[in-house]
Amino acid sequence: MSSSPLPNSPGSPGSPTPSGLSRAEAWRAPLESVLLPIGALLTALFIFGIFCAIAGANPFAVYASIYKAAFGGWSAWQNTLIRAAPLMLTALCTALPARLGLVIIGNEGALVMGGLGAMLVGLGLGTTLPPFAVQLAMGAAGMAAGGLWIMLAGALRHYRGVNETISSLLLNYIAIAFLNHLVEGPLRDSSFITKPSSAELNPANWLGTIPGTRIHFGLFYGLVVCVIAYILIQRTTFGFAARTTGGNIRAAKLAGLPVGKLTLAVCFLGGSAAGLAGMVEIAAVQKRINESLVSNYGYAGILVAFVSRHNPLATVLVAILLGGILASGGILQRSHNLPDATVLVFQGIVFLCVLYSDSLYGKLPWFRADAVSKATL
Amino acid sequence: MSRMLENSLDPAPPRTSYQMAADASGVVSEPSKAPPQLEMVEMTKRFGAFTALDKVSLTLKPGTVHALLGENGAGKSTLVKCVMGFYQPTSGAVLIDGESRKIESPKDAHGCGLGMVYQHFTSVPAMTVAENLVLSRYENQQVINWKKEYAALEEFMARSPFKISLKAPVSQLAAGQKQKLEILKQLYLESKLLILDEPTSVLTPVEADEVLGLLRSEVVKGNLSILLITHKFREVQAFADEVTILRKGQLAGNGLVSDLSAEAMAAIMLGEVIKPSVVGSDSQLDYQLTETIDPDKTIDQTGHPLTLKKPVLAIKQIEAKGDNGVLAVRGVNLTVHAGEIVGIAGVSGNGQRELMEVLCGQREPLKGEVRVNDEVYTATREQMFRHQVYALPEEPLRNACMPNMSVAENMALRTFDRSPQALGGWWLNLKAMQRMAQGLVQAFSVKTPSVETPVSHLSGGNVQRTVLSRELSAETVSLLMAANPCFGLDFSAVDFIRGAITAARDRGVAVLLVSEDLDELLALSDRLLVMSEGKFVYESEMADVDLNLVGQRMAGH
Repeated sequence: MSSSPLPNSPGSPGSPTPSGLSRAEAWRAPLESVLLPIGALLTALFIFGIFCAIAGANPFAVYASIYKAAFGGWSAWQNTLIRAAPLMLTALCTALPARLGLVIIGNEGALVMGGLGAMLVGLGLGTTLPPFAVQLAMGAAGMAAGGLWIMLAGALRHYRGVNETISSLLLNYIAIAFLNHLVEGPLRDSSFITKPSSAELNPANWLGTIPGTRIHFGLFYGLVVCVIAYILIQRTTFGFAARTTGGNIRAAKLAGLPVGKLTLAVCFLGGSAAGLAGMVEIAAVQKRINESLVSNYGYAGILVAFVSRHNPLATVLVAILLGGILASGGILQRSHNLPDATVLVFQGIVFLCVLYSDSLYGKLPWFRADAVSKATL
Repeated sequence: MSRMLENSLDPAPPRTSYQMAADASGVVSEPSKAPPQLEMVEMTKRFGAFTALDKVSLTLKPGTVHALLGENGAGKSTLVKCVMGFYQPTSGAVLIDGESRKIESPKDAHGCGLGMVYQHFTSVPAMTVAENLVLSRYENQQVINWKKEYAALEEFMARSPFKISLKAPVSQLAAGQKQKLEILKQLYLESKLLILDEPTSVLTPVEADEVLGLLRSEVVKGNLSILLITHKFREVQAFADEVTILRKGQLAGNGLVSDLSAEAMAAIMLGEVIKPSVVGSDSQLDYQLTETIDPDKTIDQTGHPLTLKKPVLAIKQIEAKGDNGVLAVRGVNLTVHAGEIVGIAGVSGNGQRELMEVLCGQREPLKGEVRVNDEVYTATREQMFRHQVYALPEEPLRNACMPNMSVAENMALRTFDRSPQALGGWWLNLKAMQRMAQGLVQAFSVKTPSVETPVSHLSGGNVQRTVLSRELSAETVSLLMAANPCFGLDFSAVDFIRGAITAARDRGVAVLLVSEDLDELLALSDRLLVMSEGKFVYESEMADVDLNLVGQRMAGH
């Protein structure tokens, strides 16, 4: 491609040089995408404070407790990071398809299917292979199961025009029902009587903890997958094609991009991230599969994806933040007499505030340069 | 060319004949107040350090049509937005009948009798004409008495210059009728001062002349004053009494239309005494020629009539449905050869858009086959590369751009997965992408703060140039498909694009040009077809075109 500088036509003197981007303009957009979510979080904190006050607790003491339980010391940090690990992965289930213009909220179902797939493989292989190979196979099975599950929503969307948000939401219920059916029937370990569950995963195949901590290796999986996802979306031709399709599907078709294949592939990748989260939960935390696998990480992942504006690197930070909030659930009950579910109220308020802040992009006067730049052109 | 048009389609008869036509058609003008005089005095509008409008004054005398001319970015839109209350002018005043009025919102403007008709439709497609008219009122009614409304609307429609069925859903109206509805809304709101922002850009020449002619007759009767924003000199000369010309935010000239020739107006508008046909055909085209001609790769068209006859695009029995599920393309056959421009004329909504979408891969055909270079073509990326197929679809922001992605990314849409922009076929070389974009920005004079700016921040003409640079900068192009490529652009852009298309043809590219602008087709095409109701109903070599017949075929006779 030619890049030889040629003189401008006489009809367009004074056209700004490509490097003539003012500093304010360059910083405005990134600043906006950082400050708006922070503003939303502060607003949510404020509303949550009112809620706490009505429930009879001192809001400032509650804030202090949340901070202490989430980030106040190494032990708190470990609790937070343990919860952040699956969140990073489930968030990608929403964040990746979002770059293609799809709103997928089947994270919980993909996590459950991933957990099931991983468990079946883990139980099936037992100790026939070295633990590392079994874990690898479990991870692959979890990713395949979760990926196919969300790909189903993508296929319904592409081939039949079914709304992917609704179908992926409904797929959650099917996945959970399927899990319950299996653990109450074919998979049930009758020697375990606390609740209907499968047999326990062989301890050799458990996902260990990072030495010197209580944090399991799932955190490592989450970090690596988020970085890979970021690179995939921002720096590869596949990511470019996906972003193009998300940016304008008509333009993507004009350029001959395989929109259908992209839809299926990106949905698969998103689902497989949530499936991997299921595998991590099974192999590192739950050890046997039962209803406890449905512990809200999927839904919280939707929140993480939206707060991070579907940027896989921002997902890591937001997952840690939300992991901290989730980790503080117990302390609210113990120290402030607030019900355990109070953190879910907080989570819900945060979600609403973030969705609202999403509608403010480009509307707040401090971030508006459009009027100027458009008129100059 | 416009001379040919006048002979055949008679678009600009003497003004009195409109008057007579209007009277004869039984349009009863209500005894109503004459429009007030609108004055804009020393209007200035600054955005930060940038002055978009610099002390511009304009007087719209009662009962006249006043044209506002200027290139894209000359300040026309800024001026009328200040008058309509979308912007507050930095300084200056708006006087209605000599009285200074503070206009802070479009509602205030409405109160002064001002109404604006936008370039793009603002009606609700799912609602009927009657519902849209009632909706356009500024009052907040809780209950609507439809019986009363219909009686009033029918009475209004009886004396209005255009007739549209009140019960028709807007989605079923053709572009021309939608534009008429936009104008009817303002008449319904009893606006006496109409501002029309390029009202004919979506209309065929025949429709445009009809709409402007009927509006002019209302003006002549003293019911209206019109401020007409336009790019088209022909419309200025045929329908306007006075003209004000802006250039780079400043008043470049004004006067009576009868005193100014088209050449004079062009010279004032462009700030240089050059004929419009020369503008833009300088360095950019040199770039085209010097950078893209490779004798080994392009078809040698000098003295080889046989190579000219090489069919590139062949369409066989294509059928396709429109968005509404009705068959829009009804079995068309067409062959486009290397080195020729085949123009497809037709009133909008006769299947041209759907045909173009099929060819561009944006719509699945029901039946039929497309072949390029004698191979089946299904518009996959691989086929586009192999056969070097490029397209300039209409409405580039909707059809050809990712609005929120950067100029560089938009320019890379065709090449991002090829070396040097992709390493190993999968790793993006962002530097190479940026370098190419900077080269194209220079070569095609795209005005953008940087190549990292989202393309939606650019003005319409520059969005079009962005697409053009992407689609026309390939080393070899064998097939180019363009639909309304000059829609809504200023003169130098139009000239540049037309120059680029003919230059491509001269290099041996097969060009399919779908346009609603008959002038454009007559100027560029080697062969002309007319599409009506999903079929080709006329075909002729350009030398033998019978314009009367073309007009009749376009009208469906």
